[in-house]
Amino acid sequence: MQEIIFSVGIDIGTSTTQLIFSRLTIENEATSYVVPRINIVKKEVIYRSDIYFTPLLSATEIDMEKVKQIIKKEYEKANMKPEDLTTGAVIITGETARKQNASIVLEALSEMAGDFVVATAGPDLESVLSAKGAGADAISKEDRTVVANLDVGGGTTNIAFFKVGELKGTSCLDIGGRLIKITNGKISYIFRGTKELAETNGIYINVGDDADEKKLYKICELMADQLAMAIHLKEPDAMHAKLYTNAGKPLPKEPKIQAITYSGGVASCYYEGEPANVFQYGDIGVLLARAIKNNPSLQKMKTLQAVETIRATVVGAGSHTTSVSGSTIAYSDGRLPVKNIPVLKLSDDDEKNPEQFVATLKRKLSLYRSEGSLEQIAIVFPGYHHQSFMEVQELAKMVAEGAREIIDGPFPLIVVVENDIAKVLGNALNVLLERKKPFVCIDSIYANDGDYIDIGVPVAGGRVVPVVIKTLIFNS
Amino acid sequence: MVSEKELKDIIAQVLSEMNVAAPAEKAAPAAACACEVEDGFIEDVAIIDIKKQYLVENPVARDAFYELKQYAPCRLGIGKAGARYKTLPVLEFRAAHAAAQDAVFKDVDPEVVEGLGLFSVQTQCDCKDTYLTRPDLGRVLSDEAVAEIKSKCKMNPTVQIYVSDGLSSASIAANVKDVLPAILQGLKSYGIDAGTPFFVKYGRVGAMDQISEITGADVTCVLIGERPGLITAESMSAYLAYKATVGMPEARRTVVSNIHKDGTIPAEAGAHIADVIKKILDAKASGTDLKL
Repeated sequence: MQEIIFSVGIDIGTSTTQLIFSRLTIENEATSYVVPRINIVKKEVIYRSDIYFTPLLSATEIDMEKVKQIIKKEYEKANMKPEDLTTGAVIITGETARKQNASIVLEALSEMAGDFVVATAGPDLESVLSAKGAGADAISKEDRTVVANLDVGGGTTNIAFFKVGELKGTSCLDIGGRLIKITNGKISYIFRGTKELAETNGIYINVGDDADEKKLYKICELMADQLAMAIHLKEPDAMHAKLYTNAGKPLPKEPKIQAITYSGGVASCYYEGEPANVFQYGDIGVLLARAIKNNPSLQKMKTLQAVETIRATVVGAGSHTTSVSGSTIAYSDGRLPVKNIPVLKLSDDDEKNPEQFVATLKRKLSLYRSEGSLEQIAIVFPGYHHQSFMEVQELAKMVAEGAREIIDGPFPLIVVVENDIAKVLGNALNVLLERKKPFVCIDSIYANDGDYIDIGVPVAGGRVVPVVIKTLIFNS
Repeated sequence: MVSEKELKDIIAQVLSEMNVAAPAEKAAPAAACACEVEDGFIEDVAIIDIKKQYLVENPVARDAFYELKQYAPCRLGIGKAGARYKTLPVLEFRAAHAAAQDAVFKDVDPEVVEGLGLFSVQTQCDCKDTYLTRPDLGRVLSDEAVAEIKSKCKMNPTVQIYVSDGLSSASIAANVKDVLPAILQGLKSYGIDAGTPFFVKYGRVGAMDQISEITGADVTCVLIGERPGLITAESMSAYLAYKATVGMPEARRTVVSNIHKDGTIPAEAGAHIADVIKKILDAKASGTDLKL
């Protein structure tokens, strides 16, 4: 049994806007005489859009009308309709990842991006998505090693690294190809952090200056050095800490990175060579690629070919955000999809102690009360301490008691567990609530406080649901 | 109570009266030298998780091989002593074999059956030997069993569930307490009524056909012990059929197998079985006639 679903990825970044469609194949990998085990077995990108400069109204404000036109045109070219799509993600990245943009994008795309396509952003997620799009996770798994991907884009460099396929950390630095822009041979924009980096090292440039390739290359060398520091190939200097986006944190030093891949716009110059005119794109991207290539510290590191370069983030958004739930789940009919549901996480410790579980659940629920009424919430916990039938009954009682406010309210009871117990827990809850309360109970999904969850319309004969976990952290 | 010393004295006295020197007294000093009794014990070899056991000395790629081992519980990467197995894997293998034999040859503890709230009936097999050598008799209920089911069970239920030892008594003791209530709760959650469950001793899967005919159930479901392997002796299966009849093709049975703590979690399996029952009822078909 195979089922094909289509997914869209839309990346609206500081410099470029792109879109891809991918085809996800869902299959039951278990034989028919055991409990099903349904997974996404194949991810193929079936359409790649042209790459557009993001239409902006100002340095940080997206011109949504123009973005909409771009997306509409690409849908037509790909011969896709919103109703063909089961899942996907819109990601707003870099400098444009601001709250006001997010709500504009959500509003504008809601009718054309399919029922289950969502806005999502945040530098950590961007790092992970671009690294997955570049294939760093797959390479690290295949070669059983530690691989970092550096997504060198227009405004930021997003880094994520993996050990044998498992995410070990992310970071994001204000280093990118469009932090200095060049118009008609003159410098037309300098990001303040970049200016500071240059000045600290005795290089002075100003808007309106002639674009001096040598001078600008020196700045790019400084940037490349900062990247070497970010992956611990060089001792950090005094400036280094200031370059992390939103005062973010550097990557952990362990495990030691053994190979790197590059993605992002700058990476396509790195792998494919420079255009004849270094300022063809009106920025320092080409010079930055050259500086990275020539950097003695970075040269020491084994560098591998990325699967995707300039399209890594959008491929990550389109192909790698969706997962499927466990294959034995329980839910009331007609309650899905649900989108942008905040996660309320209960810990392993809470679960061990029923009173603590109920108290914590009640206390945390009160945090989600806005204007007196409770928003829709997904209750998430590990579920490893309740496995036998009797234990699951106890767990159902704990949930029902702690979530009384949800049960009495208008929204369905949404329970997400890690351990494979959702079906029996769902049945227990359903019986306990006398089959009167609509509920959704799914498993094999990991999420934390601060995350948001989307649960799609069931696929594969109703046995699994597509799930997107996302982090909605915007630049302030 | 007579102490050991007193006992020795008495024996010594008797022996001296018989004019024979005590042989034990003579042998004792030699034995004491040869075998020193150590404190401590050998760890239970049956509790070793073979997925986590890696015994190859000086491996080229320990981590990679170890990770491969996580996919399935196999006796791989267990090293060797010359051309032979190491002692520990040999002991583990024999322990697993013994557990499998026990699971087949031992009866299900009547207390377990009682604890599950089930009454017990028997097939035409009179003992374990008959059961193992005459599969045909394990598919037919005794006359007493037929009468007891008729008198104690609700007739014409939508679903008839029963439990049978099959080839592993250990699986019944380990799993039914989680699987059975989970099925019943799942059915309740769907609003499907279930008949009176019971236990069949010395039962083969085929006995479900006769039970289906006796009770007149739409769906009959047996929870039965699987033939044990060397990985687990506690694996249980559920066989399900829509309106089973004696002599029907085997292909009409739907099976959910590999239910044990390291396979499909028993409680979750029960909930899944309830779902399968619902699908069988909706489709009015089972086995290869039913597309799951």
